Amino acid sequence: MTTDVINDQSEHDSHDGEHHDHKMTGLKRWLYTTNHKDIGSMYLWFSFIMFLTGGVMALVIRAELFQPGLQIVEPDFFNQMTTVHGLIMVFGAIMPAFTGLANWMLPMMVGAPDMALPRLNNWSFWILPFAFAILLSSFFMESGAPNFGWTFYAPLSTTYSNGSTAFFVFAVHIMGISSIMGAINIVVTIMNMRAPGMTYMKMPLFVWTFFITAYLLIAVMPVLAGTVTMVLTDTYFGTSFFDAAGGGDPVMFQHIFWFFGHPEVYIMILPAFGIVSTTIPAFSRKPLFGYSSMVYATASIAFLSFIVWAHHMFTTGMPLFGELFFMYCTMLIAVPTGVKVFNWAATMWRGSISFETPMLFSIAFVILFTIGGFSGLMLAMTPVDFQYHDTYFVVAHFHYVLVTGALFSIFAGAYYWLPKWTGYMYNDTLSKWHFWCSLVSVNLLFFPMHFLGLAGMPRRIPDYALQFADFNKWVSIGGFAFGISQLIFLVLVIKCIKGGEKAPAKPWDGAEGLEWTVPSPAPYHTFETPPKID
Amino acid sequence: MTNGKSQNKLSKQAQTHDASVKKTVKKLMLIVFGMFGFGFAMVPLYDVFCDITGLNGKTSDVAASYNAVGIDTERTITVQFLTRTAKGIPWQFEPMINEVKVHPGERKTVKFYAKNESVSDIVGQAVPSVSPGRAAVYFQKIECFCFNNQPLKASEDVEMGLQFYVDLDLPDDVSTITLSYTLYDITSSVDS
Repeated sequence: MTTDVINDQSEHDSHDGEHHDHKMTGLKRWLYTTNHKDIGSMYLWFSFIMFLTGGVMALVIRAELFQPGLQIVEPDFFNQMTTVHGLIMVFGAIMPAFTGLANWMLPMMVGAPDMALPRLNNWSFWILPFAFAILLSSFFMESGAPNFGWTFYAPLSTTYSNGSTAFFVFAVHIMGISSIMGAINIVVTIMNMRAPGMTYMKMPLFVWTFFITAYLLIAVMPVLAGTVTMVLTDTYFGTSFFDAAGGGDPVMFQHIFWFFGHPEVYIMILPAFGIVSTTIPAFSRKPLFGYSSMVYATASIAFLSFIVWAHHMFTTGMPLFGELFFMYCTMLIAVPTGVKVFNWAATMWRGSISFETPMLFSIAFVILFTIGGFSGLMLAMTPVDFQYHDTYFVVAHFHYVLVTGALFSIFAGAYYWLPKWTGYMYNDTLSKWHFWCSLVSVNLLFFPMHFLGLAGMPRRIPDYALQFADFNKWVSIGGFAFGISQLIFLVLVIKCIKGGEKAPAKPWDGAEGLEWTVPSPAPYHTFETPPKID
Repeated sequence: MTNGKSQNKLSKQAQTHDASVKKTVKKLMLIVFGMFGFGFAMVPLYDVFCDITGLNGKTSDVAASYNAVGIDTERTITVQFLTRTAKGIPWQFEPMINEVKVHPGERKTVKFYAKNESVSDIVGQAVPSVSPGRAAVYFQKIECFCFNNQPLKASEDVEMGLQFYVDLDLPDDVSTITLSYTLYDITSSVDS
């Protein structure tokens, strides 16, 4: 793709009035900003703070599980930790981080001056801290925080709720509204703001994956809102959606929840596909292999995600036909996903690869995400799922796809675009330390969980049988090492913002895309006059 | 951008752009509201689906009329009865016979015993479930205490009847049907 950019800085510097070139100062700048780069930065910082918050909860869990028996926390508090850790990592860390990347990069990638709905953008960010304040405030209430698992199965969240359900429901409502607004903004931007000449099939794959993800969000976040509303009215207003005594059905909760929940899984992984599809070609110095097949694979995964939800429910006593249907549909997802993995491998094949930190994270992503994908395939098989269900095998599986998958891709993206954001190159040694420490510790943390699960250790329980003690000790050590490794990233980012070697407009020689045609750091306003795409 | 003509053209472009943005937003909002509604629509849809397929071991909550043509004495089905009380209802609740053998098409009456062991008046509601789930649609209740709620005064007891038959076209591989009742305290919702 050749680009011809008309981005005359001097012209727009001379503008005055409505362009707000001189940003407001202090807190007001961040409160009132409608600039996609400011909002992107806030999203990224927010998600990192949430990542550390949820991480501390994970460490509480791992500290308790270091040894068999109960040492540090009460079982009820342990349940609060597993619940809120899950909620924070899903809705507070991974999803806002992707939205932050979308905000920063999408307008630049499609050659737009900003997101289509800047005011909405400001709102969708600024309601998020309130959502998490509500959720976290429940720790300070007499009843404690939600303890029914992030999946809030009824009747645990209704009949047997500890009184935190209302906090949980309103927090999720706000998170949902924020996600929906963010998603609408992404779709509208992509549909209406592309630079002249950028047809859909010329969009970078990063843009495509966010486009499809945003549609998934728009389709399923309202279903989640409906589910939590039903839980709310069941708990406090005497309805019986999920209450068998009143004619409802608790199993129906699982159907409705997972109708949201499975597409949600892809909401958290499709953008990751977009990121590594950007970084792998850049550092292999070859165009992405099979661009259009990547687009179709992403769309097929999104479509299939709507018809596989009951594979989370094989043990609820479904009829055989239902189990077979959901098993085969689930296994079908391996086909488009395989297309993607092979395309990444083919992109690297005979490329002149260099191993800068974004590439290291991307390669780790491809390998480790594939491990997570394979364990997912194992879980998809109904007959064996009865053994794996609700064990640490499941925990290992979804952490491989979400930590070494989604999170590693976010790190890859952050290391790739950090020079563009800050205008400085980051400390390479520190970034390599961050990568290798994370890589080793994350595998020590999650790989033995496979064995624990196969041996029958149940998830979400603060104590375990003695034979699991050795593996759990290693897992906990890995957990703390992984947690501490992330502080390297924090230090690195702060150092990179403060200064360092000046970054050129395009620090990676193999990088493609409009974002590299603007100077580093990216000026506050870019592409006020759209670039022309041939 | 200095001459008026091009500025006019630009603002016209901006207007059509705004209009198309608005149009897209409206369409997306429709999806959002539609899907919110769909979440709730799943409740009746699920019930209909379960009624048709007997998924989930749900039995009909209205009385069936006995319309079996003859009795299939070739087959004998074991029907087992299970009871449990949900958390928080201090009742004794059990079947007076644990299992019966019936031929498909044959009518059978069994009794369940319930006693309120608390010092307050409680309204109970029994909710049935059939296992295996696909036998549910063939298990016909002609008369069941689960069709209505059951009020019991403090330390009162009652024998409750269930009359049922098993459909003649019950799949061949089903030889045992388990009917399980869970008893819930619904006093508060009956009062209000």
